[in-house]
Amino acid sequence: MAESSTGQLRELYRELILDHARRPRHFGRPERYTHEAQGINPLCGDKLHLYFRVEDGEVRDAAFEGSGCAISMASASLLTETVAGHSEAEALDAADGIQAMLRGEDAGAGLGKLEALAGVRDFPSRVKCASLAWHALRAALTRQQGKVSTES
Amino acid sequence: MSAEQNQIAGDLATASVEARRSDFPILFQDVNGQPLTYLDSAASSQRPLPVIEAVEHYEKHDHANVHRGVHTLSHRATEAYEGAREKVRRFINAAGTSEIVFTRGTTEAINLVASSWAAENVGAGDEILITWLEHHANIVPWQLLCERTGAVLRVAPIDDAGAVDLEALKALIGERTKLIAFSHTSNALGTITPAREIIALARERGIVTLVDGAQAVPHGPVDVQELGCDFFAFSGHKMYAPTGIGVLWGREALLEEMPPWQGGGDMILTVSFEGSTWNELPYKFEAGTPNISGAVGLGAAVDYLADIGPVEIARYETELLAYLNQQLATVEGLRIIGTAPHKVGVVSFMLDDIHPHDLGTILDQLGVAIRTGHHCAMPVMERYGLPGTARASLGLYNNREDVDRLVAALGRAKEIFGG
Repeated sequence: MAESSTGQLRELYRELILDHARRPRHFGRPERYTHEAQGINPLCGDKLHLYFRVEDGEVRDAAFEGSGCAISMASASLLTETVAGHSEAEALDAADGIQAMLRGEDAGAGLGKLEALAGVRDFPSRVKCASLAWHALRAALTRQQGKVSTES
Repeated sequence: MSAEQNQIAGDLATASVEARRSDFPILFQDVNGQPLTYLDSAASSQRPLPVIEAVEHYEKHDHANVHRGVHTLSHRATEAYEGAREKVRRFINAAGTSEIVFTRGTTEAINLVASSWAAENVGAGDEILITWLEHHANIVPWQLLCERTGAVLRVAPIDDAGAVDLEALKALIGERTKLIAFSHTSNALGTITPAREIIALARERGIVTLVDGAQAVPHGPVDVQELGCDFFAFSGHKMYAPTGIGVLWGREALLEEMPPWQGGGDMILTVSFEGSTWNELPYKFEAGTPNISGAVGLGAAVDYLADIGPVEIARYETELLAYLNQQLATVEGLRIIGTAPHKVGVVSFMLDDIHPHDLGTILDQLGVAIRTGHHCAMPVMERYGLPGTARASLGLYNNREDVDRLVAALGRAKEIFGG
């Protein structure tokens, strides 16, 4: 077994990613929400629906439901954990930061837990999986509510 | 033949097919630091040297436009292109080359029928019958037709094993059924459908049949006259030929009555501003300069398959499929989707609760190329309540070592996911 292959796989499927994929946090449609959006990756069938409760410019709660691969589920789960309690602007900044990290433009140093997704950048075919939830977040918070697709 | 003679014949076939692996240069490379294990031939097969060389020879020595010039190269290109048509005719045992229409692939061939034949034969309230197994290429053209005309699309169900429910299909045939369009072999599950029975049901009632043969042609002999269908469509790139070339075979009488579907050069006899007249078959359906080098490659692939022998290929792949099934059965937590009694070397599966997309990435890192996702057959996935599957598919160049590598890689995937 080539060490480099295994090493890259371990980077991609870090324990934190696998943990969130197995036990997604804030999973399910909440009773109260103010913003929502769906994210669809038609190539692999990932479907996420994100819900946010925003009050006074602050994301109070975030939740999601849907199905997808480990990367897309973990990314959505991490999203719900990290944006709650932050302003809308900060949530959108985090989305920018994730995108930059996945494009390899930024090491993701300031992203805290979200840095766990850094391994994805070595797998170009999987970047869409990791960014899907963040596309949906942007759509929801900027009121382009409805469906976003990784292919649009 | 005695059992012993049979065994010897089988062993010889195995040896002769297995030796062909060395004809496929692309297979001899490392991918992600591992020897490539190519198990995605149902998506697209690789090309043997004779095909690569035939295309190269054509490009280097013979290319010009076909059916046009009086000069030598045009003559050679025409000979090469029409020579390929004759090879294809022999390969599927069509009655004449007038019945062999070159297309971009199966998808275009089906669209041709949905556009041209259907325009004069399908109206509001008429019915098109397909099966649950179809690739999107044999669903969407009919949906578009139904939207245009008010015709109705009916779908024959499959059972849990992924076999067509013949009784249910029979019950769906009605007075208004104009066409039964179905795949000979499912690309998603590997099921071989009861083509002869379906065609017999249709013929008793004067219903036209179209067979999507994309996944059938690479795996064994095809004889369209024996099969008895009216249209048969297939793609070059699934049978070791280049992409962008495929075939629609149709009965001459049907093709004669059909209007052209695309207009342009080559498909006309005369053009004036008062109106034009159409060229004879098959050129009526080949508007514009065709994919000449693709056809040359397809002709070479046909020669290649004929040389090995479709029966030997089928025997070899059936044996390898048995080995694949046997080895996959040793992987704990692996569930095969599609267990119909008659299958080609296409195996869809799920491993534990690992998403197929994750499995695909892990296997790729270990040099193993499989397809993951819905395989352009979303209704099949929906039937099993799955977002997609992992799919390993065999070509004549695969061997037991490929199967062993796949199984080892699945073991690694289980380790990574803590299974």
